[in-house]
Amino acid sequence: AISSMGSRKRKKQNERSEASVQVSEFFVNAEGTGEKVNLSDLLGTVEKTSGASNKTKKQLRNLQSSKETLELPLNKQQTEKIQRGIAYEKTAAEVSCWRNIILQNQKAEQMVFPLNQESPGPKRVEQVVAGWKVQTPLEQEIFRLLHINSQPVDDPVLTPVEEQSLKAMSLEEAKIRRAELQKARALQSYYEAKAKREKKIKSKKYHKVQRKAKCKDFLKQFDEMVKTNPEGALEELKKMELSRMEERMSLKHQNSGKWAKSKAIMAKYDDSARKAMQEQLQMNKDLTQKIVVPSDDEHESNEEGLETIPDFVNDSEPVIDSVNPWMRGQLTHEEPEVSCVTTEDVQTAEEENEEEELVGEFERKRKLRQADEEDLIPTEEELMRSEKTLEGSNQTREGLNTPGQEDEEGLLNEGQIRVRNIEDLEVLGEFVDPQPIAEPSLPRTAAVEATSEPPYKKKREIDLKEVLTKEAKAVKVPFLPTVVDEEERDEQISIIKEAFAGDDVISDFIKDKSKLEAAGRPEVVDLTLPGWGEWGGVGLKPSRWKRKRFRIKTAPPPPRQDQKLPDVIISENRNASVASHQVTNRLLPFPFQNTAQFESSIRTPIGPTWNTQSVVKNMTKPKVITKMGAIIEPMVKEDFIKNKTTTPGGKGPAIMLGENKRILFVKCLKKTSL
Amino acid sequence: MKVKVLCRNPDDYVRETTRDIQRVPRNYDPTLHPFEVPREYTRALNATKLERVFAKPFVASLDGHRDGISCITKHAKSLSTVISGACDGEVKLWNLPRQECLRTVQAHEGFVRGICSRFCGTSFFTVGDDKTIKQWNLEAPGYGVREEPINTILGKAVFTGIDHHQRESTFVTCGQTVDIWDEQRSSPIRSFSWGVDSFSCVRYNPVETELLASCASDRSIVLYDTRESAPLRKVIMQLRSNTLCWNPMEAYYFTCANEDYNLYTYDIRHLDVPVTVHMDHVSAVLDVDYSPTGREFVSASFDKTIRIFPKDKGHSREVYHTKRMQHVICVRWSADNKYVLSGSDEMNIRLWKANASEKLGLLSTREKAAAHYNKKLIEKFQHHPQVRRIARHRHLPGDILKQKREQREMKEARRRREQNVRKHSKPGSVPLLTEKEKHVAAVVE
Repeated sequence: AISSMGSRKRKKQNERSEASVQVSEFFVNAEGTGEKVNLSDLLGTVEKTSGASNKTKKQLRNLQSSKETLELPLNKQQTEKIQRGIAYEKTAAEVSCWRNIILQNQKAEQMVFPLNQESPGPKRVEQVVAGWKVQTPLEQEIFRLLHINSQPVDDPVLTPVEEQSLKAMSLEEAKIRRAELQKARALQSYYEAKAKREKKIKSKKYHKVQRKAKCKDFLKQFDEMVKTNPEGALEELKKMELSRMEERMSLKHQNSGKWAKSKAIMAKYDDSARKAMQEQLQMNKDLTQKIVVPSDDEHESNEEGLETIPDFVNDSEPVIDSVNPWMRGQLTHEEPEVSCVTTEDVQTAEEENEEEELVGEFERKRKLRQADEEDLIPTEEELMRSEKTLEGSNQTREGLNTPGQEDEEGLLNEGQIRVRNIEDLEVLGEFVDPQPIAEPSLPRTAAVEATSEPPYKKKREIDLKEVLTKEAKAVKVPFLPTVVDEEERDEQISIIKEAFAGDDVISDFIKDKSKLEAAGRPEVVDLTLPGWGEWGGVGLKPSRWKRKRFRIKTAPPPPRQDQKLPDVIISENRNASVASHQVTNRLLPFPFQNTAQFESSIRTPIGPTWNTQSVVKNMTKPKVITKMGAIIEPMVKEDFIKNKTTTPGGKGPAIMLGENKRILFVKCLKKTSL
Repeated sequence: MKVKVLCRNPDDYVRETTRDIQRVPRNYDPTLHPFEVPREYTRALNATKLERVFAKPFVASLDGHRDGISCITKHAKSLSTVISGACDGEVKLWNLPRQECLRTVQAHEGFVRGICSRFCGTSFFTVGDDKTIKQWNLEAPGYGVREEPINTILGKAVFTGIDHHQRESTFVTCGQTVDIWDEQRSSPIRSFSWGVDSFSCVRYNPVETELLASCASDRSIVLYDTRESAPLRKVIMQLRSNTLCWNPMEAYYFTCANEDYNLYTYDIRHLDVPVTVHMDHVSAVLDVDYSPTGREFVSASFDKTIRIFPKDKGHSREVYHTKRMQHVICVRWSADNKYVLSGSDEMNIRLWKANASEKLGLLSTREKAAAHYNKKLIEKFQHHPQVRRIARHRHLPGDILKQKREQREMKEARRRREQNVRKHSKPGSVPLLTEKEKHVAAVVE
């Protein structure tokens, strides 16, 4: 407007004062803005050129005549915004694939940096030296071949498969495996050599012997198999059946072959030939014989027959340890079976059994008698002697403190017997070895049990429950000799009593405690005012209702800490000197939700005074470990995220479309051809 | 009669060699070792005290620059080499264990704005105020040979920052635009711009190597993907961010150092609210660098201190300062997670321990075990007031302490005021904003 006011038209300045890479839109001006550009101005020459096709010319003419305007494209700002939005979404999605790894690392108890440390140890020269290239055409050819077959290029280098397997195994594992393989190979070669050697032997006798041995072995195995693996045995049986069928079909062992005929001629004179023929026939017989499969019940009866005589009957008398209930349990338990297995079907066995039992019983009795004679008689005197010395003290002791006995034993050395003089030692021997006392009762109990047990009971293993529930025989042992001289003790006690004659410490303590408890109890506040609302005066009490109404009870405080500890007083007053070291109850530290949690975190000690070395090491391991002098590289994406989840943007659907089209096209083609 | 004999096996108490430590038979019966909690508490307290006693983080100071340090970078392959650029255009190569300057190059006229070393460790790039990008060989030239850059690119505008790709031969610079360069070409293969603002820092994501983030002077942080034609998204904050750093172990987190004294950790998938606001500095934060383990980061501030933050905590665990250290311009965490390097205004590069009380060098097994036990004890009893008091105590220079108090008061006043406003206005009209929400102005798509 200002420029139009002047008479002379001023020329517009379009200079740039600052040399900048960035050209702002405000500085750009277009020359000749008033004039409109027509399509014909731009495309006028097309009409004249001969190269352009008539079709395009026609289209252009149509365009020129049409009055419709094209839609404005989105302005630059908006298109850019859309582009940015898409790009951001894509990147955010791509970056979020780290989420799991990051969370995992944050939660990890220990992180060792640098990540992805290479295994220490020597490397091969080929790995260290790089930059060697093939040069001659021959070399190239060789390497091409090697590459095609994915073989190692350098001499001792492993194939990728081998390398992977090596990585999968640790060194020790690999060593063990190698040793195993070596052994297996050695064994294999050994057996191969052996087989070869044996094959070379021409002796028929040798082979015959071998065959027989094999046969025997097989039979043995078969017997075992019947017991352990009946299914396998059945299969073997089936095989045998098959061979029997084959044998019956063929004329192989019927003395009809060439060899047999020749032998038949010789048989008149030669004994061995006759024998051979006989053998062949025997073989035929054996093979064609029907194999009887033993039925189940037979098997069972067999077993019973086998087990009628338990092994231990023939054993010498076991050493009966009266302290060990297990031993006793076995004996008492198994003995009844000796008598109960008397069954009708195996008469002879029974008789034998009875005889043996009787023999065993006699033997046992004899042994017992011997033992009595050896042990008891000489010890009786000693016992008498020792008891005399002990009786007095024992009695006094029992009389003195039968209830407080346990306490005294607590003071003494538990479990072991203290020995002062030789006499004691001798006496000790008796108490330590109480076998003869306990033993005589044993056979009797066994007999009783035997009669009570029902007959026809199968043999069992020791039943744990029964053994454990059975009452162990309590062995009565006289009290151990005490060591403290009674007189001295009494003296001491009397001295102590004298010294603390007036002190009743315990009752004092109880009084103190009850006083403290009483002090902690809330008092009842009495707010009754006599005379209000009723008559008052001397000798008149406020009514019961009033007393009930105006005596206010406060809520009881939390229970005292020493409530359940009879001989402790725990002061619940705040101790200022300690309080400065205590975590206040109000401000519970952050991750904890209650005091119990926090206290439990403090309670467990982590030091080597309370824990073993390995536990301490485990508990005090640092969160981050770095290697000295090692550069910690940032994470490398390829190491952590194997396959990229995001597809290259924008291209995916387009390709799909193209493919679809192609498929359609192919279909159309097929149709037309049909 | 049974005879019981005491049996002693020499294997249980005789050591194998005289150099071996004495075998001490241990009985772990808990009745023999009573009061485990009080005893451990005492140990924890002692450990905490000793930790503070041995906290001597300052290792060395590298002096030699003749102007303030403007940028530092680590060598990609060597722990002992560090490259630093100064405000007078000088670039120095340092040997850390010997604490000496290996080489000095007059790289630019004016500031050296950015340095980055190539991933292979053979060369490094510098950008400066003289609008050039120069590539230098990391090996020193022979005797009598002049220091010449391998490659010089003359740009059209000043470059303010540079970063190299993790594995490929491309690098990115920022200035008026964010440009991606191929090492073989003299013009950028792509340039991004969004509006007409200049950028102060650009960084490649070390994990997702195609991602880029830059700090612009319009208070925004812009994300890019080199595979896309346009930038991804922009978050505008209340004040300008100076630098940012990606977490090297967690692909989608980055932390930016802001002018408003705070650092902000963002998840690039949710830019509208920062994940954590790290506050403790009392002046603008100028630089930030993550530890290579991605667990912590170090920040340099205009308030003459360095602070170490755990990545998910709002407050720092450590503050380093010395009397002579002025405004800290740049800071880097060494690649072995042991040291922190800081370059400051007063021309010195300082080497600090990342763990102030850590014993350096090889440790014997027992030393190691003791250190681990002590650390665990402190962690176990960290909530006890005495332990916490000792463990948290740090000495701060007077003026920083004063500023801290002042700022706390200001913050409290602001909070009170807001509360009052809320109290006296229509319910719901003044929304309650969390600390995280306060600092983001807008997210631009």
